[in-house]
Amino acid sequence: MSAWLKVTRQDDVRLIFAGGDWRLSAVADLERQLKGLTGEFVEGAARPFRAARLVLENLGALDTAGGWLLLRTKQQLERHDVRVEMIEVQPRHAALLARLEQAHAEPPVPAPKPHPIHRVVEHLGSVTVHALSETYQLLAFLGALVITFVIGLVRWRRLRPVSIVHHVEQVGLNAVPIVALLSFLIGVVLAYQGSTQLVRFGAEIFTIDLLGVSVVRELGVLLTAIIVAGRSGSAFTAQIGTMQVNEEVDAMRIMGLDPLEVLVMPRLLALMIALPLLSFIAIAMAIAGGSLVIIFALDIPTVLFLRQLRSALDIQILVTGLVKAPVFAFLIAMVGCYEGLRVAGSADSVGRQTTKAVVVSIFLVIVVDAVFSVVFAAIGV
Amino acid sequence: MAKKKDRAIEIRGLVTAFGPHTIHDGLDLSVERGEVLAIVGGSGTGKSVLLRQMLGLLRPKAGEIELLGRSLAGLDKRALADLRTRLGVLFQDGALFSSLTVTQNIQAPLKERLKLPGHLLDELAGLKLALVGLPADAGPKYPSELSGGMRKRAGLARALALDPELLFLDEPTAGLDPIGAADFDQLIRSLQRSLDLTVVMITHDLDSLMTSADRIAAIIDKKMVTGTVDRLRRADHPWLRSYFAGPRGRAALQAHDTIALEPINASPITDRAETA
Repeated sequence: MSAWLKVTRQDDVRLIFAGGDWRLSAVADLERQLKGLTGEFVEGAARPFRAARLVLENLGALDTAGGWLLLRTKQQLERHDVRVEMIEVQPRHAALLARLEQAHAEPPVPAPKPHPIHRVVEHLGSVTVHALSETYQLLAFLGALVITFVIGLVRWRRLRPVSIVHHVEQVGLNAVPIVALLSFLIGVVLAYQGSTQLVRFGAEIFTIDLLGVSVVRELGVLLTAIIVAGRSGSAFTAQIGTMQVNEEVDAMRIMGLDPLEVLVMPRLLALMIALPLLSFIAIAMAIAGGSLVIIFALDIPTVLFLRQLRSALDIQILVTGLVKAPVFAFLIAMVGCYEGLRVAGSADSVGRQTTKAVVVSIFLVIVVDAVFSVVFAAIGV
Repeated sequence: MAKKKDRAIEIRGLVTAFGPHTIHDGLDLSVERGEVLAIVGGSGTGKSVLLRQMLGLLRPKAGEIELLGRSLAGLDKRALADLRTRLGVLFQDGALFSSLTVTQNIQAPLKERLKLPGHLLDELAGLKLALVGLPADAGPKYPSELSGGMRKRAGLARALALDPELLFLDEPTAGLDPIGAADFDQLIRSLQRSLDLTVVMITHDLDSLMTSADRIAAIIDKKMVTGTVDRLRRADHPWLRSYFAGPRGRAALQAHDTIALEPINASPITDRAETA
């Protein structure tokens, strides 16, 4: 039985007949029809009617939405000084209406909707304050890490060698296949792109210098750092964050275990050991990938390739490349663990902090890489 | 309501097995419309599994489950979704979507099923909040900002969003303090009466068993034993005897008996949430 509504006049009394099933699905329609009733009240004009009666005799099923609509109509009319009565209420509806009336006593608070400009300004302000406090806290975290590390140097057992080895396996050994494959492909791409440009000047032999220097000095380490930030930095945040949600970190603190010492230090040191090694593998694989292109596609003999590569590279270039790896590792692990410890409350927060950890650590890696370039240029390395 | 007196739930010969472990072996259960049934049983007897089967989230190995007169086995995805709109479920910790505010949580099923204008959505969400005794300013908050008791209420409000006929509660009072738990029992009882709900709840809480449930269904030896509190406490089964005769059971029964002697009157219900 579909819901219906009929309004009749009787002198200055309105009779509102409600019938059919007043259910949630009909509420939108009924509400529109009922608007006409309150719409008769015009500011300043005389009241169109003095009293109203809601006749519920023919009402079929009634759910909370339907009952609420009846009560709301009553309240709206009463606000216009109309005396409203509900008559011929069936016993089966009485309990629901009474319950709803009791619940309805408090009008709902609308969510505050600020002016769009205010919102933009407020957002800008809160983002700025947030960024500043975040930087401050990250620096504080850095300080705490250094203190923990120094204490660890004095008492090396506190650095938990077993845990470090476990994490070296996780972040180092298990990452070898993906790092090796991606660097190999980058080497292939680099050799192709370099040679197509250099061949125009008849200088395709210098593709070897291009490949060697760019991979050894920059790309090998940077690429590995970015892969590891996505792979292991995010894992650190998720692992520690989940522990935070389960209150495991709090339990640890109560037992007198310092999360920095138990959770953060082993991960940090493991990544600082693993990243230089991974970078070295990445460099070797990129050169291998590039050498295939150079030897087979450019028809440069292997002996010539090796001689040219040796003259292009020396140990100093390798050192300036690899020296950055522990620093990048430190940044990635620090940000990953820091964001993990900042997880609060819900599973949703784990996801948010993980995203942030990856973005922030890649950002920091590239910024610090740029700083390294400037410094190396200044000291003439 | 002038509906024909059909059953809300009818389970016949249910068999559940995980690998070699049989959980339910020929379990029968019927729930009448408008009653409150509590499912009890020791750990690992498959209460939660049974709940998930009744919701159609898990398929039983054998046996038939009928919900509101429709057999779950023969339903396709669409029909199951339609049937589920007539069910409300309160999961153990509310299972509120943590990325949405309480109001948005309540509106989520409404938005999915119906096309309602925005102001109606807001007002209906406000109504549900008031019905479960949450203050109106809880609406714009996120679930993580609420206390455990308030999250349960918010979960209940969302379960009631589509005005279900059948309400499932998974340990509704677990994790609440005794006062909060008693309030919640009262709330469920009063909503059940006024909204004419059929309620199936899984509970360990003996007090809420005594105050809220019309009948109790105990999973014993992979089968279901049903009856009123008074009948089951006299039943001759070791598990039931230790259940009701243990220190907690005795205390709850004592309270139950004293209350039963007083005339049951419609006392005003205190169902305002504790302000956490």
